[in-house]
Amino acid sequence: MQAQRLNEAGLRTDDRLERLRLFGLSSPAILLIMIILVIPVGWLFYVSFVGANGQFSLENYERMISRKSYGRIFTTTFQISFLTTGLCILIGYPLAYFMSQMPTRIANICLIAVLLPFWTSLLVRTYAWLVLLQRRGLVNEWGMSLGLWDEPIAIVHNVTGTLIGMVHIMLPFLILPVYSAMRAISDDYMKAASNLGATPRTAFWTVFFPLTLPGLFAGSLMVFILCLGFFVTPAVLGGGKVIMVSMQIVSNIELFVNWGAASALGVVLLVLTMIVLWIASRFVNLEQMTGGGR
Amino acid sequence: MNVKHDALPISVSNISKTYGKVHALDDVSLEVRKGEFLTLLGPSGSGKTTLLMVLAGFTRPDCGSLKFGDREVIRTPPHLREVGMTFQSYALFPHMTVAGNVGYPLRLRKVPKLEITTRVEQALETVRLGGFGDRRIDQLSGGQRQRVAVARAIVFEPRILLMDEPLSALDKKLRDQMQIELRQLHEKLGMTTVYVTHDQREALTMSDRIAVVNHGRIMQLATPRDLYERPSNWFVADFIGESTFLRVRRDGDRVRYGEQALLHTVPAPDKADLLLMIRPERITLAPDGPRPGANNFAAVVTDMVYQGDSYLLHSRLGDGNMIALRGAVRGSSLSAMPSVGDHVTLSMTSEDTVLIDASEA
Repeated sequence: MQAQRLNEAGLRTDDRLERLRLFGLSSPAILLIMIILVIPVGWLFYVSFVGANGQFSLENYERMISRKSYGRIFTTTFQISFLTTGLCILIGYPLAYFMSQMPTRIANICLIAVLLPFWTSLLVRTYAWLVLLQRRGLVNEWGMSLGLWDEPIAIVHNVTGTLIGMVHIMLPFLILPVYSAMRAISDDYMKAASNLGATPRTAFWTVFFPLTLPGLFAGSLMVFILCLGFFVTPAVLGGGKVIMVSMQIVSNIELFVNWGAASALGVVLLVLTMIVLWIASRFVNLEQMTGGGR
Repeated sequence: MNVKHDALPISVSNISKTYGKVHALDDVSLEVRKGEFLTLLGPSGSGKTTLLMVLAGFTRPDCGSLKFGDREVIRTPPHLREVGMTFQSYALFPHMTVAGNVGYPLRLRKVPKLEITTRVEQALETVRLGGFGDRRIDQLSGGQRQRVAVARAIVFEPRILLMDEPLSALDKKLRDQMQIELRQLHEKLGMTTVYVTHDQREALTMSDRIAVVNHGRIMQLATPRDLYERPSNWFVADFIGESTFLRVRRDGDRVRYGEQALLHTVPAPDKADLLLMIRPERITLAPDGPRPGANNFAAVVTDMVYQGDSYLLHSRLGDGNMIALRGAVRGSSLSAMPSVGDHVTLSMTSEDTVLIDASEA
């Protein structure tokens, strides 16, 4: 006997309507992304292939390969990004660990302290570092008055200053995913390790640390990728001695009014970033970067 | 794994632990015999888990002594206590395989690689998970995780095994099966086992002895049978089983419910105010009227619940007190079941008549 299929068509319509409604809700966002992301990037891509004479040309890319200075800029960019990421791990991981071991109330206060800089303008924070680190700045004055060093030391307008500023700005991006990974580790794991005979140190390295690795990867990747395109802080604190790709893009436009060259740099940076992401995605679930997944 | 190892007795003396003003453990003393399966049973917040955590070394008590055999361990950190433990959450390391988890305590003890492989496989076979070594933890079902947790806890051959509500996350069928398996495992390995549960049936099924815990104190420590048949106080009588209680009074060397003198073979506590414990399955309907040599109560049926394997009858006595009665459903009794409003006689033998001190109820 054929089973009765009551209301089949109606139920299917409901299903379709629901999906349509969902699409309707997200369409403004989709439109916005089209306008402010896809079209400009497409245009960027197009401009990078236009030569000085207005014709299609690869000269913008050829210049990047032929001129040594460009290679140096990319090397610097990657070096600074690497160092910043490394320092963020060294400083951020222990801090996140400390926070994760605190009672929730105290941890939340720490979290606010970590997030506080986020609510201040990037430019303000960067100039604040300039004030602190300059030749006659607070750090040098105090260092000398305490007799730690005799001459003002150069800690700004160079790689050191750039790193100090960038690490400070980037630290929350590392701490947050690492902290959330640590919080998600059940206390029972550490108890079990301890019960099975692990000293606190062994338990940390064999159980706790491996379980935080996805969060650490995600945070490091976030920091690294943000560093690749960073402009304000290296521009202000590097004092022209640390030239990263973003700064070269700006000078191509402002100094040489060469949109083609700037666009080509932008495209290369974008491609490099995507390659980094692609490599990383083979080791780590990228959803971790946005706090999703587990 | 087939060899019985020397089990160790556990001696808990005068352990107290307070959290603020709450007595999580209130001067607890307890002897666990070597090789015994002892269950800590109590409602949540009773202190049973705290006591287990003290045994494992995760909770530091305010004072007291704890001995494994002759060794005082109260100040020994958990990783040096050499006790196996399973957690309610299993606490299997998600970044290791099954074999990685089970081999973990052996690797810490620097056991040679080859031996680890054999011992891990043996332990897995003991919990009937032979060949599962390469699985990831998230590929296992709840019951399998439970077994891996047990394998990990026994692989390094501890002489004491602690289990914290190990079956609470499993569904009922699996839980019943695992109860028997764990019990068999205990008989095979012979480790002194302290088991925590809030499930009284589980405790009754598995234990050599049960310690009923409430408000950080041990209310009664006895075999399952004694605990059920001869509860020594109201809390235990009320917590185990589903008894109803009648207030009764001592009158000289007799005990009376109203004017009715009660027959009882078990001596009653020497107190004026007593409670008569009535287990629903120990009181029966007497269709032919009051039975001689038993305690009989006239009652009116107020509610009748059919529960498949049995029926539960609620009845009201002449003075308004309620008594619940559970009867078997089989053959003729199905048609003879009383209905609401019927006048019935309830009857309980003198052996089943248990009297309890009413002062703390």
